[in-house]
Amino acid sequence: MLEVDKNTFKTEVLEAEGYVFVDFFGDGCVPCQALMPFVHEMADKYGDKIKFTSLNTTKARRLAIGQQILGLPVMAIYKDGQKVEEVVKDDATQESIEALIKKYL
Amino acid sequence: MGKIYDVIVLGAGPAGLAAGLYAGRSRLSTLIVEKGKDGGQIAITDEIENYPGQIVEGESGPSLIERMTQQCEKFGVERVSDVINDVVLEGDVKKLISAKGEYEGKTIIIATGAFARPIGCKGEKEFMGKGISYCATCDANFFEDFEVYVVGGGDSAVEEAMYLTKFARKVTIIHRRDELRAAKSIQEKAFKNEKLHFMWDTVVEEVGGDGILSEMTVKNVKTGELTKIVADEEDGMFGVFGFIGTLPSTKILEGKGLELDARGYIPTDVDMHTNIPGVFAAGDVRVKSLRQVVTAAADGAIAATQAEKYLNE
Repeated sequence: MLEVDKNTFKTEVLEAEGYVFVDFFGDGCVPCQALMPFVHEMADKYGDKIKFTSLNTTKARRLAIGQQILGLPVMAIYKDGQKVEEVVKDDATQESIEALIKKYL
Repeated sequence: MGKIYDVIVLGAGPAGLAAGLYAGRSRLSTLIVEKGKDGGQIAITDEIENYPGQIVEGESGPSLIERMTQQCEKFGVERVSDVINDVVLEGDVKKLISAKGEYEGKTIIIATGAFARPIGCKGEKEFMGKGISYCATCDANFFEDFEVYVVGGGDSAVEEAMYLTKFARKVTIIHRRDELRAAKSIQEKAFKNEKLHFMWDTVVEEVGGDGILSEMTVKNVKTGELTKIVADEEDGMFGVFGFIGTLPSTKILEGKGLELDARGYIPTDVDMHTNIPGVFAAGDVRVKSLRQVVTAAADGAIAATQAEKYLNE
């Protein structure tokens, strides 16, 4: 799983072709930490079909806001640089995250 | 899986961890199932000051829970990270069912806690994570130097509002009454905080914006007057944090023979017994008058002790 930052988000996500999964998390975000192991499991399981990335929004605040992320956690799917779908906060469960990924395989 | 535990604890907040500690010390084979991080609601709280015996200055929810977890695990309690989506509570062998399989136990201690009650305004779902939040520690960072509003008037609302003043340039508490419910010591601190403002007798009717939250309509509950609040032009957005109480996490327990009250909380007797033999409840999920870390821990200890008594009969 690739950790991107405010410098690499553009090339790795916005300029990528095809589907990219982005796990938006933050330093103080406990629910994000809780989901992290599962997201890694998903990356192991589906990483050959979709590119998996994560972004620490605490260090990339303006970038996150620009992507309409004002609350965490968010798990999003980007296609050809556009955010096509996301699950946000309490809607981001193990079940919904895997369903989101499988939808774009 | 495959093993029938003496005790399965559902939830690793303070109630579940205390139950695990007591069950472990009694040498009962114990499993704690938790879908997220240990600590439940207190894990997203930056500062705690009313848990007897805590570190007096600088204790956070997570730091307190970390010690509870270590202490509990010292007594050989097994842990599993999993999401339970179905249960069998009646009968001699109780089951917790997940996508991965089943966990079986002779007794179950339900310690699933509670979650944030929604503000109840129009547009709330649409702007969840786009300006609306119930987790200040998760999202304060986005609103650094912006304005935020906090809905509520109890301890949580006021404490979280004060936490947010470390990030936002202005925090306004919106409360439906004309005085706070929070403990007096917290109120004193709040009224001295220069970044903290108050809108009394007010509720949030509607929130809106173009993708991210930038406007809100509030209502004065005494006069009925509606006021529209629009984000500062340069800001383009503001945050609204809801701290108006909690709702019990008992969705998966509905229709399983377990008695729940009208709001979904589990009624028990003073010894944490539910209506089903061998099934106990502990912590915020119970019908009770005071939901705090200290009362949750006490419930957990009682539930585990009662589970042991049940097993010996």
